[in-house]
Amino acid sequence: MIPIHYYLILSAVMFITGVVGVLTRRNAIIIFMCIELMLNSVNLTFVAFSSYLGNVDGQMFVFFVMAVAAAEAAVGLAIVIALFRNKQTVNINDVNILKW
Amino acid sequence: MSSELIVFLVLAAVAVISGILMITRANPVNSALFLILNFLSLAGIYLTLHAQFVAIIQILVYAGAIMVLVLFVIMLLNLEDEERLRDTLTKRHYASMLLALVTLVLLVQVIGWDGAGSLAGMTEFAPNSVEIGTVEHIGSELFTRYVFPFELTSILLLAAMIGAVVLAKKRFP
Repeated sequence: MIPIHYYLILSAVMFITGVVGVLTRRNAIIIFMCIELMLNSVNLTFVAFSSYLGNVDGQMFVFFVMAVAAAEAAVGLAIVIALFRNKQTVNINDVNILKW
Repeated sequence: MSSELIVFLVLAAVAVISGILMITRANPVNSALFLILNFLSLAGIYLTLHAQFVAIIQILVYAGAIMVLVLFVIMLLNLEDEERLRDTLTKRHYASMLLALVTLVLLVQVIGWDGAGSLAGMTEFAPNSVEIGTVEHIGSELFTRYVFPFELTSILLLAAMIGAVVLAKKRFP
C-alpha cells in the first residue's frame, strides 16, 4: 500500500508550482490557471484523507470546492474579457489603476 | 515495489511535470493543454484513492467545462502580442522562486519525509474506502447531511452566472 504522505507531498509540490506561477507570470489568464492548479492540489489532500480515514466528508468538500471553482472561472474570465475590452491587454503590469 | 506504487509514481510524475510545463510555456494555449493533462493525471490519482465519483467529476467539470471555457477565452482574445508577454527572468522571479522553495521545504517538513508522527498509522486505506467513493453513497450524503450547503451552492452558481453576464456585457447600464 501507498502511505498517505506520498499523496500529501505530491499535493504540496503541485501547490507550490501554482504559487510560483502566480508570482512569476504576467498573463492574467495563466495566473488564473495557476489558481485552478492550487485548488486542485488542495482537493487531492481532501480526497487522500477521506480515503485513509474512511470518512466521506473530504469528498463532499471536493464537490463544493469544484462548484466554487466553476463560479470563479465564470466570473474571472468575464473580468478578463472586460479588462481586454478596456485596455487591449491581459498583462497585469499594465493594469494598475488601483495602485497608488 | 508494488504495482499500485508504480501507477501512483507514474501519475504523480505526469502531474508534476505537466504543472511545471504549464507555468513555463509562453503560449497560453500550450499552458491550458498542459493543465488539462495535469487534471487528467489527477483524475487517475483519485482512482487510485478509490474515489470514483470525484475522478469522473474531475474530468467532466475541470478538464471538460472549465478548461473549455478558459480555452474559449484565450481564442476569443486572440493574443497576438503574447511574445511581448514572454517573461524574462528578473531578480523578482528568483526571489519568488526562493520563497516558494522555502515554503515547499517547510510544508514537506510538516508532512514528514517518512510518514512518522501524526500520520504514522495511515499506511492503509480505510476498510470502507471503496464504498464511500461511489455515486450512491455520495449522493445519499449530499441529499441528507449536506442538503443545505448543496442548495446554497445553487444560489452561488446563479449569482456567478448573473455576475459573469453583467461583467462581460458591452456597456454598463
